[in-house]
Amino acid sequence: MSGVRVLVGTKKGAFILTSDGKREKWDVSGPFLSGWEIYHLKGSPVEPNRLYASQSSGWFGQQIQRSNDGGKTWEPVGNKFVYDGIPGTHQWYDGTAHPWEFKRVWHLEPSLNDPDTVYAGVEDAAMFRTTDGGQNWQELSGLRGHGSGPHWAPGAGGMCLHTILIDPSRPDRMFIAISAAGAFRTDDAGKTWRPINQGLKSLHIPDPTAAVGHCVHRIAMHRSRPDVLFMQKHWDVMRSDDAGDSWHEVSGNLPTDFGFPIDVHAHEPETIYVVPIKSDSEHFPPEGKLRVYRSRTGGNEWEALTKGLPQTDCYVNILRDAMAVDSLDSCGVYFGTTGGQVYASANAGDSWAPIVRDLPAVLSVEVQTLP
Amino acid sequence: MIRVELPAHLRTLASVNGEVTLDITGQATQRSVLDALEARYPMLQGAIRDHVTQNRRPFLRFFACQEDLSHESPDAPLPEQVATGKEPFLIIGAIAGG
Repeated sequence: MSGVRVLVGTKKGAFILTSDGKREKWDVSGPFLSGWEIYHLKGSPVEPNRLYASQSSGWFGQQIQRSNDGGKTWEPVGNKFVYDGIPGTHQWYDGTAHPWEFKRVWHLEPSLNDPDTVYAGVEDAAMFRTTDGGQNWQELSGLRGHGSGPHWAPGAGGMCLHTILIDPSRPDRMFIAISAAGAFRTDDAGKTWRPINQGLKSLHIPDPTAAVGHCVHRIAMHRSRPDVLFMQKHWDVMRSDDAGDSWHEVSGNLPTDFGFPIDVHAHEPETIYVVPIKSDSEHFPPEGKLRVYRSRTGGNEWEALTKGLPQTDCYVNILRDAMAVDSLDSCGVYFGTTGGQVYASANAGDSWAPIVRDLPAVLSVEVQTLP
Repeated sequence: MIRVELPAHLRTLASVNGEVTLDITGQATQRSVLDALEARYPMLQGAIRDHVTQNRRPFLRFFACQEDLSHESPDAPLPEQVATGKEPFLIIGAIAGG
């Protein structure tokens, strides 16, 4: 029987949650790499037992860890992330020029066809690539160098490159997103990039429709339709039907269109999920009710999914990389909270149950569907 | 022989227990000790000093012989007791944070 492996990054280590295809009973292992912030861990699509983890600490900086046995054991690999050439400056919070400084890796995206190739999204925003299993990392500096970099600015969480999507039908095409710069696309495997933010409107920047400066929180796609993108922006849920060339709002009847994660059902490309959060200064669910919202129409029409989720006195947040789906026949949906719960639904969101309740604050959730 | 005491997380990272002992060629300085330490344990590169600037990471300190050596020149000779192995060179993580 097939099964799932849920990879959970937390403020104090990594945890691995496993179950069979029924997804009723779970084995919880960890903490791995304990005491360190695990911003993200993810497995290779072509070699599922090859995992990569971003391990960081305010004391000791950045480490990258690699596992070849599905997370049972880990080994440190290369951690040298050096910007290509003279780093230059971006905007600081007060609008002054601030030099680019590497702080941490937010997201690791393994290649779709080579277990030794991984892309890393980092703070201060840039993209790096390894082709030797994480030993050495080179910046894809065409992103920072394409021209708009001096106008990028950090969001409250730092100036992070947090989303990397690889187009499965055109591997040279990738989409990335940066808080707070916006979304960008390459069509030549990262050599050149261009902003794809037409249609975004952000009232907190001087020109609300500027080419860059938007605080994009997360982008998602369905692998069967890589030209259709869904975005959770700082405010607004957005959709593009032309690979990001233009966007339109699909927030519809959501109780609030602020939030962090967004994801797509594994088998229904028009079914998407968000978790509305009250506001950018109150990072908790409206009315203390933890509700995932599902749209089966690609946006605009949303239904609240509440069965099994706390509907009173719940004031956790769900961070941008903390939602994922499996690809079993009945699509599983998973998300982790800053309160340390990891919730799972084995029926596409109709009902939920916690896998664990008391982990450290969850930073990221990924799911591997295993044969 | 130089004795080096690492904070717990770096001992775990380097898979060592207790003190590390190093043989230094030439004068014992912060730089020569850290160079030797990182040569033996490459995973510690970047964890104590910045990869590029080679500056001490802000939340780490270097102590020895009841003295804070953190702000000494990296090329200043370490105390004789450290150079001869009578006292350890301590790498300390700041007592801060959650």
